[in-house]
Amino acid sequence: MDIPLASGPMLRPSSWRGAMLLRSQYPDASPICGGTDLMVDINFGRARPATLLDLTSVEGLDSWELIDDGRTVRIGAGVSFTSIIEELSDSCPALAQAARTVGSPQIRNRGTVAGNLATASPAGDCHPVLLACWAQVEVESVRGSRLIDIDDFFLGPKRCALEPDELIRAVLVPAATGPQQFAKVGPRNAMVIATVSFALNLDVAGRRVGTGIGSAGPTPLRARAAEQMLQDALADRWDGSGGVDQSVCRRFGDLVAEAASPIDDVRGSAEYRRHALAVLGRRCLSWALADLGGMDGEAAA
Amino acid sequence: MRVNVTVNGVAHSVDHVWALESLLDFLRERVGLRGTKNACEQGECGSCSVYVDGVLVCSCLVAAVQVEGRSVVTVEGLDSGDGMHPVQQAFLDAGAVQCGFCTPGMIVAAHCLLDSNPDPDDLTVREELSGNLCRCTGYQKILDAVHLAAERTGAAP
Repeated sequence: MDIPLASGPMLRPSSWRGAMLLRSQYPDASPICGGTDLMVDINFGRARPATLLDLTSVEGLDSWELIDDGRTVRIGAGVSFTSIIEELSDSCPALAQAARTVGSPQIRNRGTVAGNLATASPAGDCHPVLLACWAQVEVESVRGSRLIDIDDFFLGPKRCALEPDELIRAVLVPAATGPQQFAKVGPRNAMVIATVSFALNLDVAGRRVGTGIGSAGPTPLRARAAEQMLQDALADRWDGSGGVDQSVCRRFGDLVAEAASPIDDVRGSAEYRRHALAVLGRRCLSWALADLGGMDGEAAA
Repeated sequence: MRVNVTVNGVAHSVDHVWALESLLDFLRERVGLRGTKNACEQGECGSCSVYVDGVLVCSCLVAAVQVEGRSVVTVEGLDSGDGMHPVQQAFLDAGAVQCGFCTPGMIVAAHCLLDSNPDPDDLTVREELSGNLCRCTGYQKILDAVHLAAERTGAAP
């Protein structure tokens, strides 16, 4: 074993400005907040950063606020999944649903949406929701700050658009204006990496449909054809009147499955993943339409 | 590097802490508290559950340097008096201990649950202990123990 021992200084900024400076001064330091991904890699010898840049003491990073006249929730990079479940179930229902499926109470107490993003696993539980909601990632370095559209954020398996000197400061999630759903398939209810997952956002105010697929491609994916088909089907029924045909739900599920490019791996086969996505797409839509008042969700599911 | 932390009410100042050391290793090897168990080192099993500033966490997934200035409570620190905490006694009395390796983590997680919900139903206990694995599969007795502890602490009717 030839593992160099980390011996760098302890980096524990108390302010965001301090975090920015340390990030540029110590490019070999790994940012850490909840640690639920990074510490696993360290414990198993897969990561040996020179030192850690601990963000848990940065003032304000663990809080959220409403911006844009209440239309957007700005979630600080240090906000735990537990806080999202307890505090954001109304404004970000699908994100809260996804947060409930993360790990266990211990993991949810530490893990964050920003950490989920920075790890950029195709299976990250938040990602389908962030796609479905057209979220933006607020990143910053000493060079300045910028917003990255979620569609431009994921570049490949565990690769994202974050530059080496940047940190995620917040995630901007438009507040729900209609029904949202998230569903995930895995071998048990807790401590599960998704075999597949799916999120649906009926943006009633914007008259548009958002989707997100997890664990069925090199990055989280958007099901564009499914979005377009449903937008057309809902055209004059966004108020929930008139009902939507069962066949629309089935067609929607099929289009979701077609948008995926899954592989065979230890968690499931590509064939199973496609099948499961068709089911999740159909179910999420029938639940969302029931919420919208357009059809009987129980019968449809 | 040096880490200053309060563990079970006692202030510790520990030198030569490795920058990437986990809180779990710190507690076991530097502070000498071996009740907190090391099983999976990836947050799957809950055997290393402790409180950091009152929040239930897996100590294997917290870096020791992150607890600088904070307060940690381990299974050894649950009881403030001489004897055992009611949750610990309930695990003994209900036969909820087989090989015992998961027990400290189970007890800390059960303690956390009963602190926020003094009379949980079965579904709630299952959900709140979902991050703690018992490979002896003694889950029914563990559920019994949590309910017994709830009764004894006087919350249940």
